[in-house]
Amino acid sequence: MSTNEVGDYQTAQTLETFGFLPKLSQDEVYEQIAYLIAQGWTPAIEHEHPSKSTDHYWTMWKLPFFGEQNLDRVVEELESCRRSYPDHHVRLIGYDNYTQSQGVCFVVYEGRG
Amino acid sequence: MAKAYDAGVKEYRDMYWTPDYVPLDTDLLACFKCTGQSGVPNEEVAAAVAAESSTGTWSTVWSELLTDLEYYKGRAYRIEDVPGDNESFYAFIAYPIDLFEEGSVVNVLTSLVGNVFGFKALKHLRLEDIRFPIAYIKTCGGPPAGIQVERDRLNKYGRPMLGATIKPKLGLSAKNYGRAVYECLRGGLDMTKDDENVNSQPFMRWRDRFEFVGEAIQKAEQETGERKGHYLNVTAATPEEMYKRAEFAKEVGSPILMHDFLTGGFTANTGLANWCRENGMLLHIHRAMHAVIDRHPKHGIHFRVLAKCLRLSGGDHLHTGTVVGKLEGDRNSTLGFVDQLRESYVPEDRSRGVFFDQDWGSLPGVFAVASGGIHVWHMPALVTIFGDDSMLQFGGGTQGHPWGNAAGAAANRVALEASVKARNEGREIEKEARDILTEAARHSPELAIAMETWKEIKFEFETVDKLDVA
Repeated sequence: MSTNEVGDYQTAQTLETFGFLPKLSQDEVYEQIAYLIAQGWTPAIEHEHPSKSTDHYWTMWKLPFFGEQNLDRVVEELESCRRSYPDHHVRLIGYDNYTQSQGVCFVVYEGRG
Repeated sequence: MAKAYDAGVKEYRDMYWTPDYVPLDTDLLACFKCTGQSGVPNEEVAAAVAAESSTGTWSTVWSELLTDLEYYKGRAYRIEDVPGDNESFYAFIAYPIDLFEEGSVVNVLTSLVGNVFGFKALKHLRLEDIRFPIAYIKTCGGPPAGIQVERDRLNKYGRPMLGATIKPKLGLSAKNYGRAVYECLRGGLDMTKDDENVNSQPFMRWRDRFEFVGEAIQKAEQETGERKGHYLNVTAATPEEMYKRAEFAKEVGSPILMHDFLTGGFTANTGLANWCRENGMLLHIHRAMHAVIDRHPKHGIHFRVLAKCLRLSGGDHLHTGTVVGKLEGDRNSTLGFVDQLRESYVPEDRSRGVFFDQDWGSLPGVFAVASGGIHVWHMPALVTIFGDDSMLQFGGGTQGHPWGNAAGAAANRVALEASVKARNEGREIEKEARDILTEAARHSPELAIAMETWKEIKFEFETVDKLDVA
């Protein structure tokens, strides 16, 4: 690609962390779950209709999965959340109780709206 | 002069050199790197520093006998050789907490780095570190929001934040300046920054800038669906003017303000931090003038002390250098004071220039800001060095992109997220930088062009202020 040609950058609707990467594959999501569990964080899932994606609070899917060490269980929950709310965004969170913050938070499935 | 001086020094040592003293938990401790005039014993120099930075004066006065100087005096309790340096030594001094007004780093610094720095018995003097007792820390307001609250307000998790200083730093009209801000934000930066030199000059008065920037933030938020901000610099000639600008920044909807804590001064900074806490605003702190104070290895104040003082005075972001960019900064030393900004407890670690255990108690943490001469190729190293609780700022590295600010911003955002993702996957991202970026650029023409543009740019000069090692 020539650097002499100026391209047109179109503004993108993005959903914060990892919003600028291609959609993560199943394996890539799996690696991120492994990372958050290895940090000692608690996996949690939230979902929301795209029209309300900028709200601080999304709806929780069940409760955070305290003490969960099984990666497959987290994947199953992500999938069943998506099946229940196919129009919603679904995001994965890693709650860090030491910093009282979220060590990771990214959208795994984008809802069709 | 030598004779009179000699007599004076003897008196200092008699009263202020106390090698058997065991510091109290409530004492404020300081480590000075001292370089005395030749022929003066180290103990006497250390005692003189203790005296001149606490209760002492050059002559005994009768009114001393009306108080208990044994209670109020500073004490030199230890001296140590400086590794690899025959000329200088470290003096450790303990100050009783009642020497200092509560919640006032101004008062602490006025004593510790006051007259003593001009003392004739010393060739050079450098304040290397201060241990603030937890009892004193509890009297300080600290960061208006802190790392955790800022992340929650802005919905940014699991990665460093991304910013840029708007360029050219001087001369743009308010409307054109707002355009540059909008382009950066719509392209994927979380925040942009006023240059420190931008206050309210004839080419762009503050009120006009704030209005256009406010619109830029709102438009970018609506279009991207992400939360955005711009550090509106409210550093001004007077506190009254500073507060007036802060009020208006809040009115136009910016989530964050900016202040220069050294040129503006600690009094202004602490006041502004209090205002921010009361008004739900974040506070970004720039450090113009720091290198005047902290760069000389034998004289002045080490930046780790200024960083600690800022955390007490109040700020949510503080510039720390980049290690890899165009400005001075030794890696271990930088990590040492980055810890002081963010952690709740930092143990003594001489390999990072940390001279004391420091308990920060419940004081919120400050984001470390890396800014100056960095571009996409540095991204994996920056993520490794600074971790998630940092603000990475690419000024030229965003706005110098051949396609403009928005594409430059997107390039940086892609590089950042690819680095974070790879780190989480357990890859050694500093070593694998080229692979990770090349891979990410396959789906981002903006990043591919950025990598081509800046592939040859490096800033490899020796650091002037190195840690003291043998």
